[in-house]
Amino acid sequence: MTALLEVEDLRVAYGKIEAVKGISFKVDAGEVVTLIGTNGAGKTTTLRTLSGLLKPVGGQIKFDGKSLKKIPAHQVVSLGLAHSPEGRHIFPRMTIEDNLRLGAFLRSDKQGIEKDIQRAYDLFPILGERRKQAAGTLSGGEQQMLAMGRALMSQPKLLMLDEPSMGLSPIMMQKIMATIAELKSQGTTILLVEQNAQAALSLADHGHVMEVGNIVLSGTGRDLLHDESVRKAYLGED
Amino acid sequence: MNELPQQLVNGLLLGSMYGLVAIGYTMVYGIVQLINFAHGEIFMTGAFGALTVYAYILPDGTSMWVALPLMLIGAILVAVMVAVGAERLAYRPLRNAPRLAPLITAIGLSLALQQAVWAWYPDAKSPRIFPQIGGGPFHLGNVTIQTGDIFLFVAAPISMAVLAYFVMKTRTGRGMQATAQDPDTAKLMGVNTDRIIVIAFALGATFAAVGSVAYGLKYGQIDFRMGFILGLKAFTAAVLGGIGNIYGAMLGGIVLGVAEALSTAYISDIPGMDKFGSQSWADVWAFVLLILVLLFRPQGLLGERVADRA
Repeated sequence: MTALLEVEDLRVAYGKIEAVKGISFKVDAGEVVTLIGTNGAGKTTTLRTLSGLLKPVGGQIKFDGKSLKKIPAHQVVSLGLAHSPEGRHIFPRMTIEDNLRLGAFLRSDKQGIEKDIQRAYDLFPILGERRKQAAGTLSGGEQQMLAMGRALMSQPKLLMLDEPSMGLSPIMMQKIMATIAELKSQGTTILLVEQNAQAALSLADHGHVMEVGNIVLSGTGRDLLHDESVRKAYLGED
Repeated sequence: MNELPQQLVNGLLLGSMYGLVAIGYTMVYGIVQLINFAHGEIFMTGAFGALTVYAYILPDGTSMWVALPLMLIGAILVAVMVAVGAERLAYRPLRNAPRLAPLITAIGLSLALQQAVWAWYPDAKSPRIFPQIGGGPFHLGNVTIQTGDIFLFVAAPISMAVLAYFVMKTRTGRGMQATAQDPDTAKLMGVNTDRIIVIAFALGATFAAVGSVAYGLKYGQIDFRMGFILGLKAFTAAVLGGIGNIYGAMLGGIVLGVAEALSTAYISDIPGMDKFGSQSWADVWAFVLLILVLLFRPQGLLGERVADRA
């Protein structure tokens, strides 16, 4: 079986500064893969390159058998790759419902869209209660739910979540992580970028530790969770 | 005081013409943060497009009822071509340049378009007569709508309704709102933002073209400089209403138009102000109003700021 996403020797630069220095990893259908690491490790840059917002300077990206290198950002989602960006980036002056509709921008099956909007409300009841409210008025955690719900509206083959727990209260963070676990149990394939290594590794089938543009350590979520260097560097133990 | 309703209607009509042109400023600004100072000239080329259809394409003596829709189409075609051409050739190459570069380009383009019409359009060195609808004025109770304003009276509300429907209810309209609020994320949703930018220019040009035909019918003549003051007024309307907000553009236009009409009608009645109520002072009062609004509501009338929490 071939992987759903295959990244090979990917290199991305901002001007002369290389932010991602030749990383390789893959994501199989149905699994959760996480990239962990500190700020500036190149995790967000990697996701932004996968969805076409940044152009790589080298390497290969194969998604569902196709090379993504020449595909413009606005066509990536139609291939089945959805991206919930860092900092959520919901559309603040649009209603919650319109935000969800934008997630289904390229779909034209009206009934299917209505059904999936309902599904998002089932997954996140608070969004349903506030469907006509401007999204900018939501709390950080609610905005995160909306960003995830919106990404799901494209019926992606692979869902990329960038820092879903960033800036959230511990309770809200637990809720978000529980939702990711629920999505996983429903069979959603997820590429999760997180600074919260503990939470991410507990969920993930596979994990990769990034440091200044390189993958320095890879393994199953469980192995990494128990790896001594990971525990020291990312889980705050000494 | 009996003439108040009349003055309000005059202001409303004038203002809705400003509003039609203001939509183009606000739409383009909302999406690419560019003040398209050539928009007044896009409006002007629209008027000449309409004149071309009447004077050079249709046979002499064509009834205005047949000619007017065709003139409108001519105006829209020319204005859209100029606007889309400007976007492609002048603005797109500067998309990532510092803000000042496209702004200067816009001013240069504005002068170039004026001079092009002056130099190459037949007899455009002096004002050209714009064809008129025949028939008398139209009475609504005590209020008279001049023959030249009937088109505006009908076209402005229809245009606004079409625009509101487009932006709120169509997929492209939603893509446009998304692009205005967060272009990168709009791309992630599958919105082709380059296409949305072209559509914004084209749509702005379309409403400017409707406004330009209204202008020709209202004032009876057009000239290569007509886009300057009107463009400035429309830009003022856009800022007054809250730049980036299309309803703000219409509202700003109407407020400006009503203020001008009322100032010419009533300011000279105020003791000691008799010198300041003439038509030439109307522009001054329009800008005084702009300054006052911006002093107390810098974001414009409808330019609200929803808190964007991190």
